[in-house]
Amino acid sequence: MNEPLPSAAGPVARLIEEFHKLPGVGPKSAQRLTYYVLRAPAAEAQALAQALLDVKDKIVLCSVCQNVTDVDPCRICADGQRDRTTICVVEEPLDILALERTRSYRGLYHVLHGVISPMEGIGPDELKMKELLDRLRSNEVGEVIVATNPNLEGEATAMYLGKLLRALGLKVTRLARGLPVGADLEYADDITLARALEGRQEFSG
Amino acid sequence: MTLPRLFKTEAIVLRQRKLGEADRILTLYTPTYGKLDAKAKGVRKTTSRMSGHLQPLTRCMVQLARGRSMEVIAGCQALESFAVIREDLQRLSRALYAAELVDRFVPEHVESHATYHLLLDTLRRLAQALDADSVLRYFEMRLLEHSGFRPELARCLGCERQLQPVTNYFSPGAGGTLCPECAGGTAGPRPLSVNALKVMRLLQRGSYNDMARLQVPPELGQEIERHLRSYIVHVLERDVNAAAFIERLRRDALFETIEV
Ligand SMILES: [Zn+2]
Ligand SMILES: [Zn+2]
Repeated sequence: MNEPLPSAAGPVARLIEEFHKLPGVGPKSAQRLTYYVLRAPAAEAQALAQALLDVKDKIVLCSVCQNVTDVDPCRICADGQRDRTTICVVEEPLDILALERTRSYRGLYHVLHGVISPMEGIGPDELKMKELLDRLRSNEVGEVIVATNPNLEGEATAMYLGKLLRALGLKVTRLARGLPVGADLEYADDITLARALEGRQEFSG
Repeated sequence: MTLPRLFKTEAIVLRQRKLGEADRILTLYTPTYGKLDAKAKGVRKTTSRMSGHLQPLTRCMVQLARGRSMEVIAGCQALESFAVIREDLQRLSRALYAAELVDRFVPEHVESHATYHLLLDTLRRLAQALDADSVLRYFEMRLLEHSGFRPELARCLGCERQLQPVTNYFSPGAGGTLCPECAGGTAGPRPLSVNALKVMRLLQRGSYNDMARLQVPPELGQEIERHLRSYIVHVLERDVNAAAFIERLRRDALFETIEV
């Protein structure tokens, strides 16, 4: 799987190696991407290289919500139409994209850039938690929605934040958890089923 | 040990890490096959039927198929999910500490029924006990013993004499106790109170129930924790990551009490 590529010349081997470092890219995909770039017009390669450089040069973290942005504060934080009394806390910038796609949330965000992972040595101080607490000092915010992932580390982070924020007198909510769309009841584990029952809602029909 | 092509085993999920777009690599601990890594395909998708059964600290029944570089999980069913532990940071931080220690102490693919049951008993105790720290101390002492690092607590490791009921010393480097004369002047050994030595001997020789009946005052408990921790760090030649989170919860007074 990891045998050296005897036919690949220096720069080619180097590009394969760089692609291989990317998350989710195996050795085969790295080779395919490299040969794609080799065959592509020079302008396309130029655009790719420039996009890579720009992302490191021009992208910063928003000083308010910690999301990645090219303007500070970011477009969401600067948007006067958004509800400034609600903050939705997420693990990663990509989670904001997913929530924005729903078009059903109009409040602000805060990106933690990770979750509490005791076994990896990641605690509250390694996350953007202090920045969140600083934001909450202004009395504008009334509700914090904790939208960390429903797994062990996401839940631990939500519990930690929940205790901290409730002590400050804030309303703290969690995204409803239950059966994922497309799941069969019979395959659900106990914890998911119990939560689905807890979170049941009245419906008409 | 050569693993069968397809086999079913009970396992406790020790830890997991992301792999590619939607997969995870799980570190499983099994009684018969010891510790092993297994790939869980698609478990990060919201439609995964398996992910809820494979969270860290879950005891589950897994079906494993031999893959190219590691086992692949073909099926799974949670047997005990320890919801009580997951819903309380005090219990959770200790359970993760226990899982991390097992991960660091046990080698891969070595049968170990005794240590498997020690971990399982520890998780069950953490789900019930009011004093989570005593559960951990008992676990640490047993794990050290199972791994061949039983600390000496009867004699002085310098002069071989029986220890007198005075403040003696505990030396992580020597692997146990030193009398005041033998410890004199050297930097490593830390003072070991008479009561701490008594409790540590009970941890080593007694049953868990003996320990649970004992009411250990917080200060004494912390002295024992420091001695065992320094010995474990010495043996592993590294810090235990999860210990920092336990410390952190202690500092945030908010989280002091166990929720029942
Ligand atoms: Zn922003
Ligand atoms: Zn001596």
